[in-house]
Amino acid sequence: MSSRDTVITVRGLRNSFGEQVIHEDLDLDVRRGEILGVVGGSGTGKSVLMRSIIGLQKPDEGEIQVLGENMIGREEDEAKNIRRRWGVLFQNGALFSTLTVAENVEVPIREYFPFIKEPLLDEIASYKIAMSGLPPDAGPKYPSELSGGMRKRAGLARALALDPELLFLDEPTAGLDPIGAAGFDELIEQLQKRLELTVFLITHDLDTLWAICDRVAVLADRKVVAVGTIEELLALDHPWIQEYFNGPRGRAASAGLKGQ
Amino acid sequence: MPAQSTSASDGQATHTYRCVGSITIARAASTQREIDALPDPLTLDLSGVEKMDTVGAWIIYRTVRDRGAKVVGASKEVQGLLTQVAEADAPAQVRPEEPPGALRILSELGEWVSEAGRTMIGLVGFLGSVLIAFASIIRWPKRFRLNAVIQRFDLVGVRALGIIGLMSFLIGIVIGQQGAVQLRQFGAEVYTINLVGRITLRELGPLMTAIMVAGRSGSAFAAQIGTMKLTEEVDAMRTIGVSPIEALVVPRMLAAVIMMPLLSFYSMMITLLGGGIYVWIDLGIPPLTYIERLQEVVPIRDLWVGMVKAPVFGFIIALTGCFQGMLVEGDSEQVGIRTTAAVVQAIFLVIVIDAVFAVFFSQVGWI
Repeated sequence: MSSRDTVITVRGLRNSFGEQVIHEDLDLDVRRGEILGVVGGSGTGKSVLMRSIIGLQKPDEGEIQVLGENMIGREEDEAKNIRRRWGVLFQNGALFSTLTVAENVEVPIREYFPFIKEPLLDEIASYKIAMSGLPPDAGPKYPSELSGGMRKRAGLARALALDPELLFLDEPTAGLDPIGAAGFDELIEQLQKRLELTVFLITHDLDTLWAICDRVAVLADRKVVAVGTIEELLALDHPWIQEYFNGPRGRAASAGLKGQ
Repeated sequence: MPAQSTSASDGQATHTYRCVGSITIARAASTQREIDALPDPLTLDLSGVEKMDTVGAWIIYRTVRDRGAKVVGASKEVQGLLTQVAEADAPAQVRPEEPPGALRILSELGEWVSEAGRTMIGLVGFLGSVLIAFASIIRWPKRFRLNAVIQRFDLVGVRALGIIGLMSFLIGIVIGQQGAVQLRQFGAEVYTINLVGRITLRELGPLMTAIMVAGRSGSAFAAQIGTMKLTEEVDAMRTIGVSPIEALVVPRMLAAVIMMPLLSFYSMMITLLGGGIYVWIDLGIPPLTYIERLQEVVPIRDLWVGMVKAPVFGFIIALTGCFQGMLVEGDSEQVGIRTTAAVVQAIFLVIVIDAVFAVFFSQVGWI
């Protein structure tokens, strides 16, 4: 079912918490090498969708394929092989608080490649930190000593530790100042180009959508109601989509981009 | 396909490392080992590379950087990756610097002493602000939060009945059993009743209850208030004009101070029950005789000694729990550290105060 160019395939996904149904018959495809933005109102289950795809949330029904492998009902050992091919940035970085930033970056490498020697490991961590746009003196710091933006960059460095093919970002620019957010957008775009990543990006940030997303998936009414470039979405007359992109903030973001 | 190493020497005795197939993180350790095994001068032939990731590129780059190796046959993509990692070459430290051995022990000792001093001063300051809050509640009784207090009564008192009952019952049996075994050697096993009665009322009732309450409620106080500090709920209270000491600390203090004597009394009774059952089974002393003997040999003063201590213990437990909770700052790891500190300090202080009480009561002749 999944062609070579589809990295994530979701079919007929259903998620519910008790009585409350979050997703019903949800379909989604993510193509190789694209940045897919996922938008939707609060409570439409954007994070739940991401958690289902990466296997943190067991869906009631449905099929999920990632990188050509079926994700549902896998043994933990088998899932591990797929896990090292993706990186995840959680909303607040989810850095291990007892480890320094550099040690955080080393965790996945140590886990999967225990034979890499310490000096090389430290150098790998160093350049991942530099690649994520952190200053070298951030390496020996603990997460509690970092600002929100730096924490996100450190989380990104850890997500990139194993050179993943697929990157999941949960609201990477939330809580950052506009300059920091723009910097982060730029970083993601650069990394995506250089490392040929596929990016699954949950965001509320209209500027991010306009600036870096190739396609946008809209979550509403328990499913993905539309996927396409922003121009394609604007042509649809779904009330939520219209309000989202044509509301005052949506217009400001698009005007800002066209002005550039 | 794995990377292969063929070392070919020409006139100048240069060694060539031919990379074939994929140089990725999966082969990082072995590639590095193979490169390290070759002597200088070194040429890296990358013409056979099919797949390379940033870790592979880094290994090539660091060989060039540290050993002056020459790179030949790099495709455009590989060259791009090499430039990329070269740009990101900004050595970062991995772990914070630590002073050497002896110095570190000294500095840790110093930090520990100053921390202990600060904690003591902070605790006294906190006690002061709690007393001020109590005073202002007495002046303006409307600020008293009855619902919060009653909820705490439930959590600290009622819900502790099960575990404290079980613990006390077992302790009663253990004391009865130990007493009987030891005293039987002198033919004095009938004095087991004296032992169980007096030690329970004077010491074990309040002390064991205090330890259990410190573990159950003192820790909960620290964790709850600590979490509220982290989520800025405490700051929100302040900005709204609600004093966190009045809203959070006072109800917990009251609950602990009022519940501790009640729980202690309950614990004493269950311990006596456990001891009585053991004595009945092992020594054949029927319950009625047991109660009569208790009345004869245990002065009522023992009960007062125990009951006087209980609210003081409760006060200490709530004070350290709330104090440590209020000290939480920064990250969630702090909640764990502070909760542990709250329990350890509470139990330690309870035992210190218990010793003070013991000396005091024996000095005033309540033996």
